[in-house]
Amino acid sequence: MTIPVIEAKALTKRYGSQIAVDRLDLTIDKGEVFGLLGPNGAGKTTTILMILGLTEPTSGSISTVGFDPLRQPLDVKRRVGYLPDSVGFYDNMTGRDNLRYTARLGGIPRIAVDSRITTALERVGLVAAAERPVGTYSRGMRQRLGIAEIIMRRVDVAILDEPTNGLDPQSTQEFLELIRSLKSEGMTVILSSHLLDLVQNMCDRVALFSNGKIGVMGRVDELMRNVLGGTTVVQLEAAGFDPARLDGLAGVERVTPLGENRWRIDATRDVRGDVAKRVVEAGAELRGISIGMATLQDVYSKYFEGVRHAA
Amino acid sequence: MQPELEAKKAEAKSWLASIKDGFDGFTGRGVTREGSPWTGMGAVVEREFNDNLTSVRMRLLQALVFVTGFAAAYSAIGQIKDVVGEDPFVFLKIFTVSKDPLPSFLAFLGFLIPIVSITLGFDAVNGEFNRRTMSRILAQPIYRDALLVGKFLAGIATLAVFLVALWLFMMGLGILLIGLPPSFEEIVRGLLFLAAAIAYGGVWLAIAILFSIFFRSPATSALASLSMWLLFAVFWQMLAPMIAGIWSPIDPFDPRTQLAFIEAQEAINRLSPNTLFAETAVAMLSPNTRSLSLVANFMLSRTPGALMGTPLPLSQSLLLIWPQLTGLIASLVLLFTLAYVAFQRQEVRA
Repeated sequence: MTIPVIEAKALTKRYGSQIAVDRLDLTIDKGEVFGLLGPNGAGKTTTILMILGLTEPTSGSISTVGFDPLRQPLDVKRRVGYLPDSVGFYDNMTGRDNLRYTARLGGIPRIAVDSRITTALERVGLVAAAERPVGTYSRGMRQRLGIAEIIMRRVDVAILDEPTNGLDPQSTQEFLELIRSLKSEGMTVILSSHLLDLVQNMCDRVALFSNGKIGVMGRVDELMRNVLGGTTVVQLEAAGFDPARLDGLAGVERVTPLGENRWRIDATRDVRGDVAKRVVEAGAELRGISIGMATLQDVYSKYFEGVRHAA
Repeated sequence: MQPELEAKKAEAKSWLASIKDGFDGFTGRGVTREGSPWTGMGAVVEREFNDNLTSVRMRLLQALVFVTGFAAAYSAIGQIKDVVGEDPFVFLKIFTVSKDPLPSFLAFLGFLIPIVSITLGFDAVNGEFNRRTMSRILAQPIYRDALLVGKFLAGIATLAVFLVALWLFMMGLGILLIGLPPSFEEIVRGLLFLAAAIAYGGVWLAIAILFSIFFRSPATSALASLSMWLLFAVFWQMLAPMIAGIWSPIDPFDPRTQLAFIEAQEAINRLSPNTLFAETAVAMLSPNTRSLSLVANFMLSRTPGALMGTPLPLSQSLLLIWPQLTGLIASLVLLFTLAYVAFQRQEVRA
């Protein structure tokens, strides 16, 4: 049986007349990696701040690790680690001293502090840089120091807000590895990102945000099946072809024009052979056909396109 | 009859409770926080204090204050050496006597303490936002109270260390150059002056921190604090007569309106922390001061039996400055409360 770590009901936050988060319902279970995905300004960070009790909800209720973040913020924050979007440290202090400071704020027993810091720094590969002022750190190193803080504090839940923002591809891969290792220790990880494709393989479940609302929520493959109808995307390039000829082909869910003589076909299986046959039968000139996996980005644009059309 | 009465009682009780809930909900009292607001404050004070003492800008300022203090005291001592035998409080004169072109040490302090405080506080809160440390620190298991109070206490502690060092430096300089040790009363008066200087610095620290909450850019908050300082250090004395003239205009044929004008002017002047500090310091350091009000001084000089020019006992001097000193501390508390409320209501989101 899974225990909900975070439970939000009709959570709403307004800034003046602007609604940042609109009647959000969210349940996150223990031990899962949960992705809050969506473009900037969709309400991800506001939701995170309400989970932590750093911002007061306008209405609705939220419970984090079984506590009320408004009334019992210390209990919540003792069990939840937060890595903000482009995290900052005190530049004139060394990496180790920065961690020492948060260790003292968190009330970690003095005897345990140094060994815990060293272990955490080893995990993120910052031991060599530990005695250097953080001012000399690169962006990736700062992010890793933030993860070291979370490891050092031994929290149950880690909330990472746009952790891969501004990292180069290699640092991003290393960083995702670190997040995986947190999960393998049983930590619940909440990850927010606007780079949908990057995290789609990391997350057990995702919630797609748009304008303060969760559009769809669930496992990635479920979402693809439900929203796109399939997980396969075939790209077709053919001159003088009428896409209506693909109607009725088994497995084809949807055909979208991509440009002149180019189409995208969402399908539940590999339909390349059948599509090629239809193109040739129609007497058109087949120029290219390729297959790929659907991405969360596809789900996102399809879903919210649908919402817009309905509205 | 009895059960009906009970029912009425219960109804009244629930009615009262609902009023109480509504009121508490309105004032925010209904949401009580758990855990001590001081959790982690020690760590904040320690870090900020450390940061203050090692920062380059503080060292520069301290060097400046020590050099000006030395210059002022040195020239003052040259002036007062001749009257050593005549004045029982010659030691305190190091602080108050001036020799052209230098102002007295006291005038220097009145001028420079706000600058030191502003340097300590102008980026206290917005600096955390700009370094992007604010949300990370507030996500630690502490309340906002601990951060703000910790920063303020660390600033006061830095100021106290700095002023005590300066005070000891001046006393040592006095012993060395005059060749006399200070009397007990001089030391007590000097210490009270020191306490007033710390309170005065605290007021300016609270102003600087308040602006650091209001303005996101440290340059803006520094400029805002410095304009306040300029207003009170330079322009307030010029504005006071103008405002007093509007408040209580002088009728040339009625001497009472002139008195009223002077009193209004003094009252307006005392809205400035600089005036409060200057008056406190003068009464403490020059025991001859009989009254801090022009009018009262004038009256006193006409009072038969009042011995002008003789020093007041310490208790009487204290009585004289009590309103000024409490005024300083009260404005410190008021400004800090304003800062506290503003900070508690501020969104964490940058």
